[in-house]
Amino acid sequence: MLTTRSETVQIRQTSDIVNVRQVVRSWCLAIGMGLVDLTKIVTAASEIARNTLDYGRGGTMLIEELRDGIRAGVRLTFVDEGPGIPDIARAMTDGYTSGGGMGLGLGGTKRLVDDFTIDSAAGAGTRIAIIKWKSR
Amino acid sequence: MSDLSSSNLSRVLHARFDEILAAWVSQQVAATRRASIAESDVRAQCGELLDAMRKALGGPGRDDIQTPAWGGVRELLQRVSFSRAQQGFSPSETATFILSLKRPLFEAVRADSGNNAEALADATWAVTELLDQLALISMEAYMRTREELIARQQQDMLELSTPVVKLWEGVLALPMIGTLDSSRTQVVMENLLQRIVETGSDVAILDITGVPTVDTLTAQHLIKTVTAARLMGAECIISGIRPQIAQTIVHLGVDLGDVVTKATLADAFKVALARSGLAVTRMKSAQGPMGSTSPSAR
Repeated sequence: MLTTRSETVQIRQTSDIVNVRQVVRSWCLAIGMGLVDLTKIVTAASEIARNTLDYGRGGTMLIEELRDGIRAGVRLTFVDEGPGIPDIARAMTDGYTSGGGMGLGLGGTKRLVDDFTIDSAAGAGTRIAIIKWKSR
Repeated sequence: MSDLSSSNLSRVLHARFDEILAAWVSQQVAATRRASIAESDVRAQCGELLDAMRKALGGPGRDDIQTPAWGGVRELLQRVSFSRAQQGFSPSETATFILSLKRPLFEAVRADSGNNAEALADATWAVTELLDQLALISMEAYMRTREELIARQQQDMLELSTPVVKLWEGVLALPMIGTLDSSRTQVVMENLLQRIVETGSDVAILDITGVPTVDTLTAQHLIKTVTAARLMGAECIISGIRPQIAQTIVHLGVDLGDVVTKATLADAFKVALARSGLAVTRMKSAQGPMGSTSPSAR
């Protein structure tokens, strides 16, 4: 798997979430991703970016364009240095929220993307990486 | 800036005023290749500012740029920066106005100091300090203008994007456009509830054709709006759900519950009319498209 280009986007305020969506949209359009996959990955980015801001007290998103043979895709890595998630399994459960949301963000995001990895521990921040491949 | 160096600077400015002004103007004319600003304007702005500086350096409080003595200079500089920001100048182009004064001032100071190295060093430092502070004032004014512009545009968008339209007696439509984040949704919801009360409508159609992304927060806002409208006695229909949005909502696991949803605004309008016991039918006597100008139909 090859990273052909990358960029880091700051997530510090609500308007940055709009920026995250626009960056992801333009990168996915650049590799020719279809409308359905595009909408899914943009929605997933919006979910995780909002979590990074609301629960992780802000952080960054690294966006990478991936090549794997003839496959093309994008990987988004969200990193924050917030309080972390003590119980990842519970956080991934639909309907569970520690804030005021619907509790669908993490589980829903996992269903929207092709690959989902989460690293977090209480007090150690959170790192979430998602990959969406362009379907042929 | 010490009092001694400001009095030196004041003397240099008095003695070499025209020389400095001419050099400054020619620096700027060379640096800005813009047609939008005339050379005579530049000359007038430079002359006014240099004159104000000469006055400020000549009076009490001349050591500190924050004192009222410098008020005229600060105001002039802010005005120039404002007008440049409004004309779409870049930050560097705006800063160039005051920074291009550095070289003419340095040269005047050097010519004035002769062989006295210590006096030259002092005077050079005084000029640098003064111009750096003036450059900061210029940049602050520039940024403030841009920020005001952005704030105004945000406000415009907030108002633009929330029209509640009456489609029929008792039927309201809310075409939503753009991002549905918290502050916007709040305005949208208030507008809608207000209009429901004013018009006594029973049906409200929320059209999300213009909303590019529906994530869980947007969905939550929609559900809250529908619930609130229901408490006011109005049923909501959500329309404009495109195929990709439908698939995304399913994968997210969002349950829109018993909210009626339709693919297009037209479909939603049909449902709304049916609820009110109305239907749209074709007139039997219709002779052709509306607005037909045939003089005799018979």
